[in-house]
This record gives sequence, structure tokens and C-alpha cells, in this order.
Amino acid sequence: MHPLLQRIQQTFSVGVTGLAEWRGDAAVTVSRNMLHEVAQFLRNDPGMDFDYIVHVSSVDWPDDEERFEVVWEFYSIRKRHRIRLKTRVPESDCVVDSLTDLWKGADFMEREVFDMMGIRFRNHPDLRRILMPDDYTEGYPLRKDFPLRGKGWRDTFDFLDEVPR
Amino acid sequence: MAFEDQRTTVYKIDPEHPESESLPTLRTEELLLNLGPQHPSTHGVLKVILELEGERLVKSTPVMGYLHRGVEKLAEDGTYHQFIPHTDRLDYVCAMYNNFAYCRAVEKLLNLQVPERAEYLRTIVAEVQRIIGHQFWLGAQALDIGAMTVFFYCFRDREILLDWFNELCGARLTTSWYRIGGVERDLTPSLIDKLKQFLDYFPPKIDEYQVFLEKNRIWLGRTKGVAVISAEDAVSFGLSGPVLRGSGVDYDLRKYEPYSAYPKCEFSVPVGKNGDTYDRYWIRVMELYESVKIIRQCLDQMQEGPVMADVPSVTLPPKERVFTNLEAMIQQFKLFSQGFDAPPGEVYCGTEAHKGELGFYIVSTGGGKPYRLKIRAPSFIHMGAFDHMSRGYMISDACTIFGSYDIVMGECDR
Repeated sequence: MHPLLQRIQQTFSVGVTGLAEWRGDAAVTVSRNMLHEVAQFLRNDPGMDFDYIVHVSSVDWPDDEERFEVVWEFYSIRKRHRIRLKTRVPESDCVVDSLTDLWKGADFMEREVFDMMGIRFRNHPDLRRILMPDDYTEGYPLRKDFPLRGKGWRDTFDFLDEVPR
Repeated sequence: MAFEDQRTTVYKIDPEHPESESLPTLRTEELLLNLGPQHPSTHGVLKVILELEGERLVKSTPVMGYLHRGVEKLAEDGTYHQFIPHTDRLDYVCAMYNNFAYCRAVEKLLNLQVPERAEYLRTIVAEVQRIIGHQFWLGAQALDIGAMTVFFYCFRDREILLDWFNELCGARLTTSWYRIGGVERDLTPSLIDKLKQFLDYFPPKIDEYQVFLEKNRIWLGRTKGVAVISAEDAVSFGLSGPVLRGSGVDYDLRKYEPYSAYPKCEFSVPVGKNGDTYDRYWIRVMELYESVKIIRQCLDQMQEGPVMADVPSVTLPPKERVFTNLEAMIQQFKLFSQGFDAPPGEVYCGTEAHKGELGFYIVSTGGGKPYRLKIRAPSFIHMGAFDHMSRGYMISDACTIFGSYDIVMGECDR
């Protein structure tokens, strides 16, 4: 197993629900309430030393009980290794802890996840939409139940496939 | 001549004792100013709401999304091959590098090996694209600051390379030349000759660009000590590319996680020390020399060979065969309409584009389409540090600061 994953498994007896390594990428899945603690460990532990945030992303799995997956990717510039941290949230309670206190760059990246997928980040300093307009009320575009062509006033467009032949 | 951080001189009237300044009591209040969305030096449609105290920036709030086209959503609807032209439109100034970053991510997902000659060709064209990107940046940044001449010189030389691209793939900007598993076509002898001529022509021209700027008082005054960011903050914000290296962190994926033909080339990564706009400028100019070096080495080392991996279930057949052979045509048609069967899993693959780390995170559940595709766009992440970097500077520095990120809104908003 990847040495980083081994270390995480030894450190956290509860809360870590999955460890995976595929194509050289190490990924750790944690339960939502342990997220901040694990992230803090990744940031501050001298053996981990993940000082660089690569991206924050989210995946929608509509059939699962815990529908959304939030993904963080970290890199350590001093140790030159990377890890992916994942957690799941149910649709009824789409809230995870914000990691802006650990990595400043998480601010905009988490706002984008909120904007696109509708996941709220607890303790985020400025959780507003970032790419869509502030007054956009048609939902969250990257969810799987959001149609590709869009919603709202676009429904009135005459698309070519709706023209009777 | 020493250049201090220009933020150190913020004068404030003490509200408790306004008379101590021996000035008449003035009412002071903060002013909100909209910069953009239509402004010649915002490099696309971007609005920044500036909170001002006099001419100093107290807080700035970027408002983005004017160019949001939902590229990540579109990716979920098309096959892997079909997404390549979409990546051209991310950072439309440097399409080749986007193609490259995307193809690398898909190849990592498929665990696909690219032939050696294709790796060299990819490196050569990526470095040509880096030169174009830095020329574009230098011209535009100098123009923003008021030095117009450099712009013309940069664009004159950029034009040669764009014509070279035109001969290579038939397009100047939206190139789509990279393919999953290789590249679309080999360099012709005429293209190699032209590139060699350019490599001889170009280094003296870089010196020429510098002549305009290095001793120009206005340029130095407006770049030295402006938009300083410490190494620690730059890392914490996730900055990458010249913006991060300007602060003294030598993070460059070409060295940290070598890919393509980079490990076979000798080149150095210029690193600044002050973290100001001038250092970021210096790094980009030095990278022009390094790119020339890399291209020369690749042209010397490159051996004959195929330019596309031979995995018929994934890679496209050569164009000549598509037009002459029925099976090849069916193969091409099926690959584009249904796609190939990617294994389920998820990968992240970052590539050092000239702006910074351009990464693709792909989640696959099998089948021909990505289940989720996330683009880590350096421009977007750099905008996250804008408020932090602009506090305390003048209004006129705002344009310098987002200029120094080398921002392109197509990539920022996706």
C-alpha cells in the first residue's frame, strides 16, 4: 500500500472509510465529521506536510444514499507527493466543513463547488455564487438532474429537434 | 536604487484627532468603483469592485463568470475525443497546451503509452506555445502599463509562430493538434526548417524586448515592489507557474513530475526572490530563452518513428487510411460517435502550462464519456489571491496585478 495511506490508516482508527490507490494516485475517503481533523493532520504533520492546495471538486452520484462527493487534492512542495481527500454528503444536508482556515486558496475553489453543485461549506468567509449570477435561481448546473441545455427561459427556445418535420 | 514594497506609505487621518494633521476636518468615506466588465486591460470580461480610500485599494472583489460556458457540463455529454476542441477554447491564447494537458490526463486514465517521437513533437509544440504565450503576455502587460512599443515587437514575432501553427495544423489559435495517444501529424521538413530559422532569429529579439523595459523608469517604477506576495502565502493560495516562482518557490511540474520529453532535456527553471511583478516579468523573459533551448535539444534528439500509439480500440487511424480504407473509416466513426471504453476510476493529471498548473480531474464510470471532468484552471485560482495581493496599492496597479497573473477569462470562467 502507498506509504501515505498506511500512515493515515495507523493514525485514524475511526473516520477513515476508504483508502485507494489507482494509476499512482492515492485517495482517502473520510466521514464528514472527521474531515477537518484529517485535513489538519495532512496540513500540519511533518511527514505529510501538504502545503499546496491543487483543486476542490465535487461529483454527483444521484443513485447513492449520500449523493454528493466532495474532493480535495493536495500537494506537498517540500515532500513532492500528492493525495486526494474525499468525503460524502447526503442531499438533505449538503454541508461540509470549509478548509479555508488551512489553505487560503480553498476560498474561491469552494465557492465554485457551492455554485456548481450546491454544497455548503461551514465557516466559509464569503459563500456566494462565483461563476453564475448572484440572482440565479434555476439550481446548480453540474448536478446530474440539471439538463444540458439549461433551465428556465431557455425552455422557450425553438431547438432544432423540436421543430416538427 | 532600492525598491521598497510600495504599500508602506498609506497615510490616514486619525479620526479621533483630525486637527493633529493641521488640516481642516474633512469628511472621509470609502468609495466603491467598478473596474470593468468592459475595460481594455482586463483581458476579457471581468469586473472588479474596488473599495477605495483615496486612491488606495482597501478591498477588491472580483466578479467573474461573464464567459462561463459550462465546459465541464459539456464534457459529460461528449466522448473523450470530442472534448479536445473544447479545450482549445479554454485558454484561447494557448490552445496547444490545453490539448496537451487534457490528452495527458486521458492517457493516464487509460494507462496509454505514447511513442517516443510523439513525445518529442509534443514537447516541441508545447514550448513553441509557451513562447507565444509569454510574448502575448509581455506585449499585453507592457501595453497595460503604457509601454506600447514592446507590444508591436512581441506581436511581430508571435505572428511568425502563428503562421507556423497554421502550416502545422491549419489553424492559428484553435489548433486541436494533439490527439489521445499521440499527435495528429508529423512535422514536415519545411516546418522543421522554419522552426530552426526561428530559433536562430529569436534570441536576439528577446534581448531587444528587454532593452525597452529593463532601463525604463516607468516600467521599473510600476513593476518593482508592486503586488508583492510572500512564498508562504503564494503556496497557500495555490498559485502556480511564474506567479509562484516569482516568490522564490521553484515549483515546476516539468521538473517535479517530469513528463513527455522534458526529462531528456537540460533546462533550468528561473526563480525570483522578491515576489513582485518585476520578478514575474523577469521569469517569463528567462523562460523564453529556456524554451528555445528545449526546442533545440528536442530537434537534435528526435528519432524517426510513429507519431501515434497503435491501440486501435482507442487511437484514431491515420487520415490517409480513413480516406482509402473502409475499416479505418468505420473505426474513426465509432471512436468519435461512441468513444472507447475507458476503465472506471479517477485520475488527476497536472501539466505545467505557461500560466501555471493546468490540471484535469477525470472521473470515469466506464464507457465512452467522462462521468465528471473538472478543470483546474490557473487563471481562476490566481484570481482568488487578487484581493490579498492588491490591498494597499493604487487603482492603477489593479490592472498591473491581474496582468501579472497572465489571466485569460476563457479559462478562468470556463
